Amino acid sequence: MRRFDQVVYYLRESPMLGAGTLLILFIVLFGTLGPVFVDTDMAQPLSTTPRMAPSWEHPFGTDDAGRDLLAVMVVGVPLTMRVGLLAGAVGLGFGIFLGFTSGYLGGTFDTVVRGFVDTLLTVPGLVVLISIASTIREEISVNIMAMVVASLAWMWPTRVIRAQVLTMRERAYVQMAKLNGMSDTEIIWKELFPNLLPYLAALFANAVNWAILSSIGLEALGLGPQNDPTIGMTIYWAITFSALIRGMWWWWAIPIFFIGLVFVGLLLISAGLDELANPKQRKAV
Amino acid sequence: MNWNYIVRRVSLFLVVVWAAASVNFFVPRLGTGRDPIREKLGQLAASGGLRQDGIEAMVKAYQAKFGLDRPLYEQYWNFLADTVRLDLGYSLANYPARVGDLIGNAMPWTIGLMVISVLIGFAIGTLMGALSAWPGSPRWVRGMAVPLMTMSAIPPYLLGLIVLYILGLKLKLFPLSGGYSPGMLAIASVDYYIDVVHHSILPALAIVLQAVGFWALGMRGMMVTTSGEDYIALAEANGLRNRTIFLRFGLRNAMLPQFTALGLSLANVVAGQVIVEVIFAYPGIGTVLFQAIQASDYTVINGVVLILIMAIGLVTMIMDFLYPLLDPRISHRSGT
Repeated sequence: MRRFDQVVYYLRESPMLGAGTLLILFIVLFGTLGPVFVDTDMAQPLSTTPRMAPSWEHPFGTDDAGRDLLAVMVVGVPLTMRVGLLAGAVGLGFGIFLGFTSGYLGGTFDTVVRGFVDTLLTVPGLVVLISIASTIREEISVNIMAMVVASLAWMWPTRVIRAQVLTMRERAYVQMAKLNGMSDTEIIWKELFPNLLPYLAALFANAVNWAILSSIGLEALGLGPQNDPTIGMTIYWAITFSALIRGMWWWWAIPIFFIGLVFVGLLLISAGLDELANPKQRKAV
Repeated sequence: MNWNYIVRRVSLFLVVVWAAASVNFFVPRLGTGRDPIREKLGQLAASGGLRQDGIEAMVKAYQAKFGLDRPLYEQYWNFLADTVRLDLGYSLANYPARVGDLIGNAMPWTIGLMVISVLIGFAIGTLMGALSAWPGSPRWVRGMAVPLMTMSAIPPYLLGLIVLYILGLKLKLFPLSGGYSPGMLAIASVDYYIDVVHHSILPALAIVLQAVGFWALGMRGMMVTTSGEDYIALAEANGLRNRTIFLRFGLRNAMLPQFTALGLSLANVVAGQVIVEVIFAYPGIGTVLFQAIQASDYTVINGVVLILIMAIGLVTMIMDFLYPLLDPRISHRSGT
């Protein structure tokens, strides 16, 4: 119960966090409850009349291939979220492991990790992902997409966590725990980890945001799962079939609207969490 | 700045380029065991009615020509030597065209569009971010923080679709695609340059809009901290004009991290612009990359990837060398 009170307290304390959570909650509900009200078979090509403007029957209109865009969004939004969450979780997981171990243990391992991360961070991520994705183009599914994106999602978390751990390692309570005979693993998990939780949550929101951004970038270039109607692939098809010049505004505007909601929601959550983790910034709002 | 730092920084750059080139070499070979030469000949045979029995001999001949029959380490060595000479080989899809030429023709378009829109976006964004956090600003300026934040969250190519629809298609103020009008002679004349600028306004606007949001957000955070500093209170107590305090004491101090971020953001800017170019069919490197992806033209894809990594690495390195000039507190001495 105390946990719940704390969550409510946080949400009231930070309007940004609250607003962001509401937006993401809406997206999640749209994806989970959508299939109850909408026939998801209509997200397949040739399932309805193509090229129809929004109407009562098709609130978001239909595309060139005869897909109902409401059904496409109901199927596609959760798929895009899945790519983001999977890649974000894998990226953060690696980041936690590498960041905590290299920051806490130091030594040669730390030097190698730091050098590797700093080097990789100067490389344009999307460009590398394009190179990887174009070689395995035919085999890309939603999960493989997530793994491709995750391959570059761990550097930033590693760097930030390591920097935090470096400052925490010297604090009195860690020294105390050491004197009490706690092992390194115990100190990392029982002393350092809980203290970084809000920070890690903000990093997770960031990592998910980055992963979705990258996956949509890849998909907009045609390097996505060809048979799944993710948001990025919908935008790709709209671009490929010149929806814009043909006046089919709903075909591209609707995926943009949803992706806008996701990005703004994630940004608000990470900014709000940052504020909680870092009280110095609280004046900012 | 000392030699030690310069040598270390340059070797880091070389390591990045070497690693990128090696990834480019090995990833396609580790992959699915596809053979581009056999695939290409197969396509030709299918479309041209070529007899199948000669194909094996032709594959052998081409492999010998491109050195693909040699052992892997020898191929790798040749590849690295070619890369050093910036020889990126031939395009697979448009055979006689060289990858280096394709990229070379597209590069000025990309650099021109990017430099201008990044600078404009950085200037406007930094100023707006600073104003939105300054206690002395009018209420509506302070309220700009929310739309600025929204803009920063949406990728530039999606903003591009929106401005393209409103300003290009509905209001017909700007051309919808391309770098210059079809039929226009690409020679240095006033008409040509006006036409080029006219075509570049919409793609630039897409990048600027997002950049404004991004820089404003960073600047806002810094300005909030700065406006609470003691020297600001002192300046106020001394009775300086609000404007002077804002420009000399607030903006100037809050801005330094923005310059540091400018170098770090470059990789993201390039990534965003690649897709913006595709949407506007702008004749830059992004469009070259997109067409290569569509045609499975691996030599061009790898060439573009390598050149982009090199270019960004080079610019980041130059910026690292320039920081001490901007901020006297940063120095590249070995002791620090």
